Amino acid sequence: MAGCTCRCRQGVLKFIQSLRRLVFGTLTKDKIDDELEMTMVCHRPEGLEQLEAQTNFTKRELQILYRGFKNECPSGVVNEETFKHIYAQFFPHGDASTYAHYLFNAFDTTNNGSIKFEEFVMGLSTLLRGTMREKLEWTFHLYDINNDGYINREEMTEIVRAIYDMMGKYTYPALKGDVPKQHVDAFFQKMDKNKAGVVTLEEFIVACQEDEMMMRSMQLFENVM
Amino acid sequence: MAAGVATWMPFARAAAVGWLPLAQKTMPKPPVDKKSRSDEILFVNVSGLRFQTWKNTLDRYPDTLLGSSEKEFFYNEETQEYFFDRDPEMFRHILNFFRTGKLHYPRHECIQAFEEELAFYGIIPEIIGDCCMEEYRDRKKENQERLAEDTEAENAGDAPLPPDATLRERLWRAFENPHTSTMALVFYYVTGFFIAVSVIANVVETVPCRPIKGSIKDLPCGEKFSVAFSCLDTACVLIFSFEYLMRLYAAPSRCDFARSVMSVIDVVAILPFYIGLVMPENEEVSGAFVTLRVFRVFRIFKFSRHSQGLRILGCTLQACASELGFLLFSLTMAVIIFATVMFYAEKGTKGTTFSSIPASFWYTIVTMTTLGLLITAIHYQLLIQLLMSLYFHLQYLFMWGHVGLSDLLSCCVPQDGDGDSTPLCVKNRSAFEHQHHHLLHCLEKTTNHEFTDEVTYSEVCVTDSVGFRTSRSTSLSSQQGATTTCCSRRAKRRAFRLANSTVSVSRGSVQELDTLHVTKTPAGTQYPQSRSSLNARTENLKLNCDDYTAAIISIPTPPANTPDESLPNSPAIPGILRNSRSSTFNTQETVKISSL
Repeated sequence: MAGCTCRCRQGVLKFIQSLRRLVFGTLTKDKIDDELEMTMVCHRPEGLEQLEAQTNFTKRELQILYRGFKNECPSGVVNEETFKHIYAQFFPHGDASTYAHYLFNAFDTTNNGSIKFEEFVMGLSTLLRGTMREKLEWTFHLYDINNDGYINREEMTEIVRAIYDMMGKYTYPALKGDVPKQHVDAFFQKMDKNKAGVVTLEEFIVACQEDEMMMRSMQLFENVM
Repeated sequence: MAAGVATWMPFARAAAVGWLPLAQKTMPKPPVDKKSRSDEILFVNVSGLRFQTWKNTLDRYPDTLLGSSEKEFFYNEETQEYFFDRDPEMFRHILNFFRTGKLHYPRHECIQAFEEELAFYGIIPEIIGDCCMEEYRDRKKENQERLAEDTEAENAGDAPLPPDATLRERLWRAFENPHTSTMALVFYYVTGFFIAVSVIANVVETVPCRPIKGSIKDLPCGEKFSVAFSCLDTACVLIFSFEYLMRLYAAPSRCDFARSVMSVIDVVAILPFYIGLVMPENEEVSGAFVTLRVFRVFRIFKFSRHSQGLRILGCTLQACASELGFLLFSLTMAVIIFATVMFYAEKGTKGTTFSSIPASFWYTIVTMTTLGLLITAIHYQLLIQLLMSLYFHLQYLFMWGHVGLSDLLSCCVPQDGDGDSTPLCVKNRSAFEHQHHHLLHCLEKTTNHEFTDEVTYSEVCVTDSVGFRTSRSTSLSSQQGATTTCCSRRAKRRAFRLANSTVSVSRGSVQELDTLHVTKTPAGTQYPQSRSSLNARTENLKLNCDDYTAAIISIPTPPANTPDESLPNSPAIPGILRNSRSSTFNTQETVKISSL
């Protein structure tokens, strides 16, 4: 009973306080303060040595990367909106948001809606310094939107459409007909050997390794740091 | 934002690996990065104050002095540092701009000194952050007004006329600067006196005088002494006309004089008299004629030639015209609202004065002006601004002594925007740009389509002859002149188009790419976690679309032909215009230029 009275009193006091704040207009201010507090949660990455061990970067490179990252995202994490925003600046012609979304998911290995520095650096390490197989695996995971281990036509179409979206409307030659679909058909022709309608990881890797052109391009991208 | 793009570039290029399995063609070779990738600390000595910063920090803005190779000119070998003989206090702000991406304007500094520093370091003032922009603009406007007054004062100068000045010049001088000769001064006072007499006569005319003998009713003095008053009026008008004609004769530019405010006032003051002479004694038009006589009161404005304060007031009002306009508009709105309310409130009542809404206007106006204090409170800032400006001007003028009595109203030069931006130096294409173009090139290869612009795209749709298009556009773009006109046209169209998209606009130098981007974010979404978005300046970008970055995309040739050095030595192609970066990647290949 005493607890109930206490709680009642507290409730009434709180109500009066909020009324007062409402009248004097600081209610919104408090809300903003609350929000600020939530977003001020900082994430600190693991130690430099650990990261150096886990990735293929040197300490120096990690330092440079982190300085840039921290400068951009003082809170230590990138959320999807920011990510899309940043990526869009590289492709002013078209709409990069869809592709950025898939890219975000590929980097966000823990699937918690934000990319920490470790995830960022791991992704970069795979893409820039990883073995051919690691890169191909990463790419496979990028295409495999629902993470079921198979790439089906719908997923591929999504990705290809996203890529064509980045080109924008004004291309030469003009995008007539359903060019993404043709592209997807060509892709499946190349990759899906047993005509199962889906591409597995092994099929993907094998097909890519057989593709001379792709291997050459991959090598060009070595160490684009 | 610069750091945003520069920092994330390796990431963006790495992410391009994801396109590779889809690519139908081989990727182009990435640009060779000659610089060493390791970061180092640079020492910058500004007049003895030593600053240290990462090289990367300065590299974020390759279009500035510190970000480009221009700083090598200031490198001191012995002390292994960059020495600048400039203000160290200001340099703090410059360096902070590099570090945080936001330029702040220090309030205690003189604005001209600040602008000079910015110009030296190659930073355009337009990128000042929102927090300091308003202060900066205000100070700049004040400064410009002061300069305008300076030049006005110089021009109006009291230097004695050359001895061979014509009568016209002497006369004009006498009119503009009455203190130069006794005659002019006499004339000045005489006209002033007659203006006063005329105005007083207008007022006294309407005062009721004792009636003439034999009549009971009070007469206005104007009718009792009608002869006297009309003589006085005629005399005044004659003097004013004479003065006006003399001024017109003496004016160096008659057209300009005729169009100036003071001359309009002069004309309006004497016109009713002449119209009255011409008009017949007709009952119908006499009503209109009486209205014209009202204009005689405008003679009081002729006093502005004699009073500095009046002219300054006029100037200030002109400057605050928009605020005044808004004030008037809001008053009108309020009047209409309340009048409507009053009308409908009293609608049922019999014998009410509010027979219609316009009838209740008068009541509302009176009430509101009585309550005008309320309005004053709301617009106090406007008034304070007015008063401060007035005070400032008066004080300045007082300090300067007598400024020439030239028409100050004409000194209110309209602001022509911040058109003083120093042109950015043409810098070599930076490594960042190369990488960005390479990235876009990869995308083109992946999709097997090329970037183009609206013009070419619509042309293609119309002609629909793909093969023919290729050769034509090639020949078009290889001519310098055509390219630049194309680019400038496309620039305008591009800016307007892209301003509506959710992506950033890259234009001109990389500094612009880095610091100015247009984003139409969904109704003010905040990005608390990233600083990239903090320098969005939408409006500037829409207005200043003259420069352009042209991207060079080479038409696909067999990879064997591609030489190792894909970087151009930036050959100075004859006639490269400012910021039209249309250099060829490779002199052997034909190039097709599309805008970025």
